[in-house]
Amino acid sequence: MSDLSLPFRPAATEAPWLRITLTTLVVAILGVLLFAPLITVFYEALREGVGASLATLANPESQSAIRLTLLVAAFAVPLNAVFGVSAAWLITKYSFRGKAVLITLIDIPFSVSPVVAGLCIVLTFGANSWAGSWLVAHGMPVVFAVPGIVMASMFVTFPFVARELIPVMVEQGRAAEEAALTLGASGWRVFFTVTLPNIRWALLYGVLLCNARAMGEFGAVAVVSGKIRGLTATMPITVEMLYNEYASVAAFTLAAVLALLALVTLALKTLLEWRYADQLAATHRH
Amino acid sequence: MGQPFAHKSPIPGLGLSAGITLSMLSMMVLLPIAALLVQGFSAGVPAFVAAVNTPRTWAALFLSFRLSLVAALFNLMFGVVLAWVLVRYRFPFRKVLNAAVDLPFALPTAVAGIALTALYAPNGAFGQIAKDWGFKIAYTQWGVLIALIFVGLPFVTRTVQPVIEEIAREVEEASATLGATRAYTLRRVIWPMLAPAALTGFALSLARAVGEYGSVIFIAGNIPLKTEIAPLLIVIKLEEYNEAGAAAIGIAMLVMSFGMLFVINAAQVLSRKRMSNV
Repeated sequence: MSDLSLPFRPAATEAPWLRITLTTLVVAILGVLLFAPLITVFYEALREGVGASLATLANPESQSAIRLTLLVAAFAVPLNAVFGVSAAWLITKYSFRGKAVLITLIDIPFSVSPVVAGLCIVLTFGANSWAGSWLVAHGMPVVFAVPGIVMASMFVTFPFVARELIPVMVEQGRAAEEAALTLGASGWRVFFTVTLPNIRWALLYGVLLCNARAMGEFGAVAVVSGKIRGLTATMPITVEMLYNEYASVAAFTLAAVLALLALVTLALKTLLEWRYADQLAATHRH
Repeated sequence: MGQPFAHKSPIPGLGLSAGITLSMLSMMVLLPIAALLVQGFSAGVPAFVAAVNTPRTWAALFLSFRLSLVAALFNLMFGVVLAWVLVRYRFPFRKVLNAAVDLPFALPTAVAGIALTALYAPNGAFGQIAKDWGFKIAYTQWGVLIALIFVGLPFVTRTVQPVIEEIAREVEEASATLGATRAYTLRRVIWPMLAPAALTGFALSLARAVGEYGSVIFIAGNIPLKTEIAPLLIVIKLEEYNEAGAAAIGIAMLVMSFGMLFVINAAQVLSRKRMSNV
């Protein structure tokens, strides 16, 4: 009778009619706001049959867009992972002044519009800037070329890995690393055999979110890419170009590929949260 | 200088990690933002004011901030209810629904944009219904609002959810035992505990909506003075090779965003203080 873990406690919950109303309301609103657009993507992609959709994926424009998106992610994601690990190491393993300022600076990209991010890169490395004109003169254009797209993708995903690692590494402290050093391990050995195993799931979680955003980034890339067909049009940019040309099936097919990527990301993210909840910042409970 | 800049730590790698972190941060974030400020003010303050102070720019900035505020308010209210339902109630497919809340984070904005447009355009599934009722959604401010609600949907739920999970049921029971109605308990006991996290989510949702581009431009119709958002105006200025004008609008957006975040932070500090006095 006195089992306090009983889930139903009339004194501390809402009336049944209210619970049912709220649940129905929430499901209905999510259905309209989230599920309807998701279903629309696949519905519009398959409107003329699977064959027609697959044919649009095989055309050279889609192929080069897919290749470019993979290429951009292959540069942007590892670079941001290196940054995230080194920033988290710096912030959690040492005491120094200005740490709060450093964390705030790392977070800046979250509060900057992607379009403004792209604009910043155009102003820094565009043909009219001194750095940009030097780079163009030496045959290494950044803006309207792949390096600019990589930089734009890196800007918008900059804090992802660091944000995920810092809370986890604060929690784990420095004792394990200090013990390993006392036992004579080198710095790199400590990192690879002590630190990395402790943060690997958090790192993977951050990399997963970073990758999804980098592959799907539109605003920042739209500003720097110049939208040159076959050269600087990533998948999201190609979706826009096809859509504006009324090539609806082709646009939605490419969009469906990106939506599948999003669904896989969500599934892996949920799996990580479920399996390694205690080793992730997002799900960690004190 | 009473305190040394950095305490000695036995852990190696200070130089390497500081080198990578600071050089990448400078190159990727600080230098580009500095370039924005330099370019925006390169022709002096009067030129900056002249670039921002046009009816079209004001209309775009006002539209972006006004609709973002409405979208963030909707997301604040709905997000708290959604978090409550997901944590406290048990119903079929709850876990699927919980995972799906993050969809707007994972789905590329251009994909969301064309999907919402296909849905709400006059020949789309929802647009048709609206049309029958004599109502137009896509290519009006309502369409912009729906896109902004979509992109900001997960923030409040994700910040509030962990707080609800940690509320001790005993607090609510104590309140009920002392004769409070459920509504009174929710308002005076539960809400003050959720408010700081809800405000954080509200701020994040607002910041995201103000800067949003991809999901909005397809559904907005982009009519100057009516449905043209500020980020689009930056893109248009760049296409006209007006870098200084684009930079000026970019700076105006940054200043307004940081100003709003500052106000929300202050509100948060106040609500935390009120909590600690209870």
